Amino acid sequence: MSARPIATTRSAAGMPTPRLAVWWVIASEIVIFGGLLGSYIMHRLAHGAWAEHAANTNTAIGATNTFVLLTSSLFAVLAHQAAEKGDGKKAARFLYFTTLGGLLFVCIKAFEWTTEISHGMTISSNTFWSFYYTAAGIHAAHVIAGMIIMLFVARTAKRNEELHRVEIIGIYWHFVDVVWIFLFPLLYIAK
Amino acid sequence: MSAEEHHETSFYVKIWGILLVLLVVSIVGPMAEIQWLTLVTAFGIACVKAYMVAVNFMHINMTPRYVIYLVTTTLVFMLLFFAGAAPDVMKDSGTNWVKPAWIAEEAAYEAGEHPVQQLHEAEQGEHH
Repeated sequence: MSARPIATTRSAAGMPTPRLAVWWVIASEIVIFGGLLGSYIMHRLAHGAWAEHAANTNTAIGATNTFVLLTSSLFAVLAHQAAEKGDGKKAARFLYFTTLGGLLFVCIKAFEWTTEISHGMTISSNTFWSFYYTAAGIHAAHVIAGMIIMLFVARTAKRNEELHRVEIIGIYWHFVDVVWIFLFPLLYIAK
Repeated sequence: MSAEEHHETSFYVKIWGILLVLLVVSIVGPMAEIQWLTLVTAFGIACVKAYMVAVNFMHINMTPRYVIYLVTTTLVFMLLFFAGAAPDVMKDSGTNWVKPAWIAEEAAYEAGEHPVQQLHEAEQGEHH
């Protein structure tokens, strides 16, 4: 008798349940990040002084992290492509590359935050920096969560098992990338 | 999505290349310091990049149509939230309420007291 839960195998509502589930997750995440970014935009538009604070964020670091996330997204979609072809080992390899991209992103962010905090720009300095650390922090938490899940998925994919999971974690990872695509101009470009 | 519907590796690399070019444009455009150009190059291009990732990497166009409706609905909720909250948030005062800290911060900014500049000056003072 199969021990797999029925939810992983049935195809409700015109697509596999796990894929439906991840789209529901993304819909709820849009509300979370959308509320946060919407609040940031209305505060930013109303307060000229925020331009002064925003001038202190490092565009080069933000751009580097955008490059890193876009590249990791490429690896995620190539992992999905390999999984579709039934090549679990190749899919796992691309998932490891994606995870490395996430790790690099987090390391760069840690360096960036350390520099800013050491210059006196902390989460309690003013409302701009509160938004900055909250938005980037919640996003970084999503990156870390994605990396952990990806390592689990890669482990099973390597054995050519549960290959459908590669697409699911990939969709989540691309969403994290999309959030950063909007955070980058808001926090690093609009000065 | 079936294997037949899947693109070749070169297709994904091409999309990645376009995304990188757009990234460069979104950085270079605002350097001209023209407001409308900043809006177009930074935020307009962000929308284009997000669309490209959603369609080409997330394959949202290959999901059932109700998924697109689901995502669109949450985006509409976000706009409703913005429209409902912005009139209060974007004002410093109203009937029977005032935000003294914000008014003070804006007044200081208008008066030319730049907190970041002061921070740098303080740091330079420490080095000397």
